[in-house]
Amino acid sequence: MTSGNRIQVRKTYKLYVGGAFPRSESGRSYVVEDAAGSFLANATHASRKDARDAVLAARKAFAGWSTRTPYNRGQVLYRVAEVLEGRRAQLVEEVGRSEGLDSASAAEAVDLSVDRLVWYAGWADKVAQVVGGTNPVAAPYVNFSLPEPTGVVAVLAPSRSSLLGLVSVLAPVVVTGCTVVVAASPARPVPAVTLAEVLATSDVPGGVVNLLTGPVADTAPTLASHLDVNALDLTGAAGDQALATELEQAAAGSLKRVLRPPATEQDWSDDPGLDRITAFLETKTVWHPVGL
Amino acid sequence: MTSTPPPRQGFDYAPAPESRSVVDIRSSYGLFVDGELVDPVGGRSFKTISPATEEVLAEVSEGSAEDVDLAVQAARRAFETVWSPMPGRERAKYLFRIARILQERSRELAVLETLDNGKPIKESRDVDVPLAAQWFFYYAGWADKLEHAGLGPAPRPLGVAGQVIPWNFPLLMLAWKVAPALACGNTVVLKPAETTPLTALLFAEICQQADLPPGVVNIVTGAGETGRALVSHPGIDKVAFTGSTEVGRSIARAVAGTTKKVTLELGGKAANIVFDDAPLDEAVEGIVHGIFFNQGHVCCAGSRLLVQESVAEEVLERLKRRMTTLRVGDPLDKNTDVGAINSAEQLARIRELSDVGEQEGAGRWSAPCELPAHGFWFPPTIFTGVSQAHRIAREEIFGPVLSVLTFRTPAEAVEKANNTPFGLSAGVWSDKGSRTLWAASRLRAGVVWANTFNKFDPASPFGGYKESGYGREGGRHGLEAYLR
Repeated sequence: MTSGNRIQVRKTYKLYVGGAFPRSESGRSYVVEDAAGSFLANATHASRKDARDAVLAARKAFAGWSTRTPYNRGQVLYRVAEVLEGRRAQLVEEVGRSEGLDSASAAEAVDLSVDRLVWYAGWADKVAQVVGGTNPVAAPYVNFSLPEPTGVVAVLAPSRSSLLGLVSVLAPVVVTGCTVVVAASPARPVPAVTLAEVLATSDVPGGVVNLLTGPVADTAPTLASHLDVNALDLTGAAGDQALATELEQAAAGSLKRVLRPPATEQDWSDDPGLDRITAFLETKTVWHPVGL
Repeated sequence: MTSTPPPRQGFDYAPAPESRSVVDIRSSYGLFVDGELVDPVGGRSFKTISPATEEVLAEVSEGSAEDVDLAVQAARRAFETVWSPMPGRERAKYLFRIARILQERSRELAVLETLDNGKPIKESRDVDVPLAAQWFFYYAGWADKLEHAGLGPAPRPLGVAGQVIPWNFPLLMLAWKVAPALACGNTVVLKPAETTPLTALLFAEICQQADLPPGVVNIVTGAGETGRALVSHPGIDKVAFTGSTEVGRSIARAVAGTTKKVTLELGGKAANIVFDDAPLDEAVEGIVHGIFFNQGHVCCAGSRLLVQESVAEEVLERLKRRMTTLRVGDPLDKNTDVGAINSAEQLARIRELSDVGEQEGAGRWSAPCELPAHGFWFPPTIFTGVSQAHRIAREEIFGPVLSVLTFRTPAEAVEKANNTPFGLSAGVWSDKGSRTLWAASRLRAGVVWANTFNKFDPASPFGGYKESGYGREGGRHGLEAYLR
């Protein structure tokens, strides 16, 4: 991949934790191949300790991100879409090689990813009116329910759809104010690392999204049993019922909200609906007396 | 903080017991399966007693795994052949009927609840039974409007719901579980708590009286084994549980890897925050209601009082004075404020944790009151000088025991309030609206009572954050637990 005499500058694919791009504390990496079986990259092989560090970063970012105004979170997500659009050519190539798609199909996946971010960005200041409201209680009280973010969410990203699937599981979690530790598709992490670079330059505060790459067997059990993780999205375990069951059992220890995986990975071009947003929301109900 | 107990306050009232003659308790009860009260397959039974007198009230069947299986089969048949095909407006009419019968038989239900549970008659009469009827009335109205609930254009019921409820509000928790499940077109197998099965068995009779189709509601009495058989039965589509966080964890583990939908309403250790600008008399009423209502057998009880340092002394003085007027005793007496502890086992737990509180250095003070010679009793008690590390500040006592902590700044109050793995409820007392809303928005709890406490309504969603469980009961939100 050289042109003339110039030697290409190769890229190191690192983790994204707390707004920085560290290597694994374990000093490990693994070889990522493209869909055709050729060498694509050396990616970071995250350890249990990296997973714990990522949870710490996500918890630290939660107070700030969840108390941003919804309007502001919507603007930040829209900004991510803008910056992603600017990386279109790079991502079309990476998605194409990772997933074995021709350039038209890869371009479609990238375009849908940008559009999905725009769609979710708009929900930031609307979802509370759709799922919350006042409750007509039979006593002289003002009573209202409103949604609040669950907290730190650990996500197993879809294993096949390396960018569209990833964006489709990340955006609904962060738009409401949750923070995330996401385990990228182990076999297809390259577009995920590029997305992390987009996030890092899109006004998303450090720690709101934390990305781990490497085999999920090393990180997922730590995330599932971690006492400071509030919810677990098992979408990436689609097709591996044994793994999904083991992780759901581990999550029971601190009564995490668990989004179970479908039997097989879904078609991410479908209309997403509200379910992924509401899966990581709590309902808070406030009572106050009315009187003189 | 005065150390000498103030004298007993208030008037001495003549006894004013509610008559038990209105309720006819049978000597023994079967299981309610497929519309009939039937003998359990294994033929085993247990006794339910009055916690106020230890008198045996009745012999109750202990459901085995086979009994659970028969009940689930009956519920499945009823789901497929009758209940889910029935138009919502017809289902609604059955629920309205049940609501009306609950109102018509309210005296009977209240007396029976008080006998079996030990709670004061004024609470079962004025809170539990009317709310249970209201719950059925509320969800009856939803049965033919589900497509307008914002849960999709054509929401469908889940199937058979396995429901396990606690002993603190036996009939009310039944209503919280059964009413929304039935309104959405599901059928149910319900397991009441082993110490309080009688109002559920009277409810079975009410289902018959309402001509509810057989199998729509099945009630299998028993203890932990029966509950385990129910939640792990492969034939159910939904688990709804209210009870301890420990059991909630084991249920979450048991359903992992299945397609069963789960809602869990678990323990709590609610902070009741009193700011220095709070109306103190109202706050003291709220503190008393928050922790001594229903003997403190309330998952959302305000069991941690967080009071601002500048008013702590005054609040404690008024609180102690108010506590000396609480009437502890015969639950059937219409003047009783605090009734019996529900079981010997629960009393032992309350005593143990209270002793630990003392050992760890907190100051114990109980309202002066004469406790009856028989039955299970614990006086209204507060602990002062409690630190966040004390077990009585961290663990759910589920009794009339209040832990008092202090704070200096609002930020400290919120931090202490949230310093718990639970997140069911919280209270805020202040005269300043902006401060109240500020605190309400920062408390990680599913219900925040501002200048009030322990209020419930079928239109109001209820449920926890964190280890207090997941899912909501009540309101439009409560439908989500029973629809796909």
